[in-house]
Amino acid sequence: MGEVQGQGYIGQALDIADVLAVSYFHAMRYRPAEPEWEGRDRFMLSNGHYAIALYAALIEAGIIPQEELETYGSDDSRLPMSGMASYTPGMEMSGGSLGLGLSLAVGRCLGLKRKGSDARVYTLFSDGELDEGSVWEAILSAAHWKLDNLIAIVDVNNQQADGPSTQVMAFEPLTDKLAAFGWFVQRVDGNDLDAVVAAFDVAKSCPDPKPRMIVCDTKMGKGVPFLEAREKNHFIRVDAHEWQLALDALDAGRTA
Amino acid sequence: MATRPRRAGRREDRMSRPTPAPATGAKPKLKTSAMIASIAGEGQRTTAAPFGNALVELGKTREDIVGLTADLAKYTDLHIFAKAYPDRFYQMGMAEQLLMGAASGLAHEGFTPFVTTYAVFASRRAYDFVHQTIAEENRNVKIVCALPGLTSGYGPSHQAAEDLALFRAMPNLMVIDPCDAHEIEQAVPAIAAHNGPVYMRLLRGNVPLVLDEYDYKFEIGKAKLLRDGADVLVVSSGIMTMRALEVATMLERDKVDVAVLHVPTIKPLDTATILREAGRSGRLVVVAENHTVIGGLGEAVAGALLRAGVHPPFRQIGLPDEFLDAGALPTLHDRYGISANAMAASIKGWLG
Repeated sequence: MGEVQGQGYIGQALDIADVLAVSYFHAMRYRPAEPEWEGRDRFMLSNGHYAIALYAALIEAGIIPQEELETYGSDDSRLPMSGMASYTPGMEMSGGSLGLGLSLAVGRCLGLKRKGSDARVYTLFSDGELDEGSVWEAILSAAHWKLDNLIAIVDVNNQQADGPSTQVMAFEPLTDKLAAFGWFVQRVDGNDLDAVVAAFDVAKSCPDPKPRMIVCDTKMGKGVPFLEAREKNHFIRVDAHEWQLALDALDAGRTA
Repeated sequence: MATRPRRAGRREDRMSRPTPAPATGAKPKLKTSAMIASIAGEGQRTTAAPFGNALVELGKTREDIVGLTADLAKYTDLHIFAKAYPDRFYQMGMAEQLLMGAASGLAHEGFTPFVTTYAVFASRRAYDFVHQTIAEENRNVKIVCALPGLTSGYGPSHQAAEDLALFRAMPNLMVIDPCDAHEIEQAVPAIAAHNGPVYMRLLRGNVPLVLDEYDYKFEIGKAKLLRDGADVLVVSSGIMTMRALEVATMLERDKVDVAVLHVPTIKPLDTATILREAGRSGRLVVVAENHTVIGGLGEAVAGALLRAGVHPPFRQIGLPDEFLDAGALPTLHDRYGISANAMAASIKGWLG
């Protein structure tokens, strides 16, 4: 997808791929042929620019056909650069205006509880979104309403548009803050598959009447050393010859 | 008409005003009304809490209806719904962005949320949330907001002079500006039956009752001629329709024949009816709105007329493009030309 555009949110896609893999192939309940199935777990992508990663997950999950991958970001594609509910099967919200996802997720969780559904709401957002006041409105209310059907994942890759997230606006100690707000909080290496699997299992089985947060520390460009090393990597350009190098690096990582 | 002092809403003008003389004699001193106060004039017929009661009534048959507010249940009459259906009421705290996002989420799960706050907070504070989570996603959320236009004397913090302009600019969103209790009672089930996002202005507390005397029925998207007249056509929405009817009666004494076209649906606009009425020759067309003259009903009607090549003499009554004063509502409505007296004077002046 990135190669079609020659640039994009490739660092983020690589850093969150492990979390999405665990979400779609370990944790979540859904029917690929029936993306609107009432009993599905809902996955809400708040940081719409991570769509490049979510599309890959939706393709792997069989919700979007493989051949659409090449249309990413092109005119009339169902796969726009920033994810929107009205474009893509399996896309549960229009993200991109950062800070929306948790508020929407609160409403979905309240709605599911009203219906007596046991489906869960997963929502992914980025560390930069912690700057948004609305995120903290939602964090307060999710605890207030005891939304134990909410599993929020925050991607701490420590990178946002203007630089390292912790320098743009200090948000640590994040785990303590979230716990003080009444959440059940875990913090894991988001690029350690076993750790992520365990965290999702614990989040699902935790008996506490609290919303669950999994703080995932990740590495931008994970798995491609020359991308991991790039300094300004919120939105990166990858030269034509570099794509094969990146794919080779990922393949090497897979077989290692 | 006496020239009133220019009040541009500038700090130096306000700071240098002479101290007002204490009230004397029989005329009581007007005070800034509390939020809870009614917009009704003295002796006017009213209905208590038409919105809250209509929603409770609707809730009997529509179990999908839920109510959400941001710490303003009591001030939007939603407390009546909360009392009737405590498990269908969500107090979201003083957090309007969350309020809109959560309402969208509930709508996505199949419920029909009625969301209340003040018009300033829905439009100015939570605009992007309404835009992205409700309008863009086309969720079935009804946003019902108190203190529209100039219906509070607290100053710009509570005066939503531009809510219609902001919400008109939002695709998918229907915009309703009801006149009185009679209309609110009918509009609640009507907007609930419409599948899509709606913004409706709310009058709360003891709400004037006017339109029941005009054999009036609210229909989404329909403008209605409440009375005919040969000299002036007033095109109005919200409380300005109530004013227009009063003005029409006042001007009968001056042998001025005023027609009143009520346009409660600001978007989508009933262009056909407006063009038909404005196209009748020989009448001054006056658009009256409880809203800034920028971007509301006045400019919507002007645009429709221009695009259709209909060019009657045209005037606007509405709030000026400035930050409005704090004070008592009757004073402010006189000052800004939206009281019945001020409106009658403007129309007589234009007729010469």
